[in-house]
This record gives sequence, C-alpha cells and structure tokens, in this order.
Amino acid sequence: MKRIIYLLPLALFFVLVGYFLISLRPGHDTHELPSAMLEKPAPSFELADLGDDNRLALTGLKGHPVIVNFFASWCVPCRIEHPLLMRLSQQDHLPLYGIAYKDKPDDAARLLATYGNPFRQVGLDQDGRVGLDFGVYGVPETYVIDANGIIRKRFVGPLTAEAVERDLMPLLKQLEPSS
Amino acid sequence: MRKFVLCLVLLLGALPAGGVEPKERLADPALEARARTISGELRCLVCQNESIDESGADLAHDIRILVRERLTAGDTDAQTIQAVVNRYGAFVLLKPPVEPATYVLWFGPPALVLLGLAATGMWLHRRQAAPTDTAPLSPDESRRLAGLLRDNEG
Repeated sequence: MKRIIYLLPLALFFVLVGYFLISLRPGHDTHELPSAMLEKPAPSFELADLGDDNRLALTGLKGHPVIVNFFASWCVPCRIEHPLLMRLSQQDHLPLYGIAYKDKPDDAARLLATYGNPFRQVGLDQDGRVGLDFGVYGVPETYVIDANGIIRKRFVGPLTAEAVERDLMPLLKQLEPSS
Repeated sequence: MRKFVLCLVLLLGALPAGGVEPKERLADPALEARARTISGELRCLVCQNESIDESGADLAHDIRILVRERLTAGDTDAQTIQAVVNRYGAFVLLKPPVEPATYVLWFGPPALVLLGLAATGMWLHRRQAAPTDTAPLSPDESRRLAGLLRDNEG
C-alpha cells in the first residue's frame, strides 16, 4: 500500500504527458477557439451587396446549405486560401458566399477582380457588426450554415485542402444527401 | 526647478494609457463606470491575455462598443456579459465560471496543496514516531570511536 503512494508522482507525470501529447499533437492549434455559435441559429443579417443593388441576407440563404466566408482585402491569409476557394466554386460548384469584413467596397472589388470571384454573392460588413454577431475574431473565417440556418461548422484561418477533404466535404454531403 | 515639476507632471499624465478611446465613452458616468468594470472582465480574443478595456485591438474596440450599446439599451451587467459570451464562448471571461468543466481548474491547485500538506504531515509524524533510543555503545565501540576521532584530528 505504501509503495503505491510513492508511485503517485510518477502516475501524475504520465497524466501530464498524456495531456500534452493530446493538446500539442501536430496540426492542432492551441490558439484556435471552439465556436460558441456551433449548432445555434446563425445571427440574422442583411448586408449591402458588393457590385449590385441586391442585398445579402440570411433569409435569402435558407433552404439549402451554404458556406459563408469572412474575408478582407487587407488580410494576408485570405490570399493564401483564395485559390482553394476558386477551385471549390469552379470545380465543385459549392455555394460560397462572401462577407467582406471591415473592408472598403473598392478594395474588396479590386481583390475579386484581380484574383477572381469565387462567391455567388458578396455582402459588405464595413463596421464588422455581422462579424461580431458571428463571433469572428480574425479573418478569414468560414462557416457552414445548413438549410435551416443553423451554424454547423466553423473554420478559423485559411481553409486548407486537407480540412476541405476531411471536414467540409463530408459535412456538405451529410447536409445535402441528394447531391 | 520649474522644468523638473513640468517633467513630473507630464510623466504622471502619461501613466494611465488604456485602450478606451475618448469617443467610445458614454455620456452617463454611471453607465460608463459599469461598462469599464465589465470590460475589465472580458478577454480580448486577439491578444488573449489583455482585457478588452486595456487592449488597443480592433476587435476589443468592437466588443467595448457592443457592451456600451447593451448597457445603454437597459441591459443588466449579467445580460451584457451573457451577450458577449453567447458570441465568443466562456473563454472571453478572464475569470472562468465555476462549472463541472472547470472544477479541475478551480479545485485542482488547492487539492494538490492539501495533498502535499497531508504527505508532509504523514512524513513528519512517522519520523517522530521512529525509535530514537538505540543501545549505548559498548566499551569496545567507544574505544574505536575515540581512536577514529583522534586519527581524524591528526
């Protein structure tokens, strides 16, 4: 019995090792926060559209799952994910919608004119209010919203081909079994 | 001397540099005071170890505005804090809530201290209880000890 007490520190040590192994594993970002908005209704929004007089509103997106991407022309990581977004929109025909977060309309338009526009519609969130309602804490962030307007997934930082393959595609397939 | 006083005054004036910008402040001092208190308890998510009250980050500015809007609209402090938690999760609270998920965080360290105290107590108790009275040296052993001591000195 007394021997077991002497083994206690060793046991605690292994518990710590296990904890660090799990939380410091490669590919796991310790700064990434779980979204408080997961499985909750997306905050309602209605934004001026970049380019035309339509407005990008949550109510208009309901009925089928959509991907909403917060981006900005001043955001460097957004440039990194841009080619991937182009591929998702052109090859996979995914329903991508963009929200230009704290960006000037001219700058956002120039970005999309230069590098291509992967979005079906782009809303202008100039004061960052919609971003605040979504709990955005840095661009780019990408949300998957299902047909009922529930947030099903959030990607923080630039989307990667790996994340698309592993998380995004299976989720979309599950949300829309027919396609 | 006047230069010295001037320097001192300027230095003192330079000390409190928070993140709150003058145009954010509410006209009502009571509301503003509540906003400051709440802001001090909310973590800035891009700087992570600063409160939004201290931080100059854009996001902190936005959340400060949100807090002030809610207070102006007549929300209680708790409702205002909840509005921010709803968006960003309990992580924004610099002081985490006591709930099952945070029990280890709150009670772990005191439990470890208690464990350490108990172990130390047990160890001291056992040491005291250990037999201290040993048999006196035999005449033979006394002689050998004296010899060894003498060798050591020489």
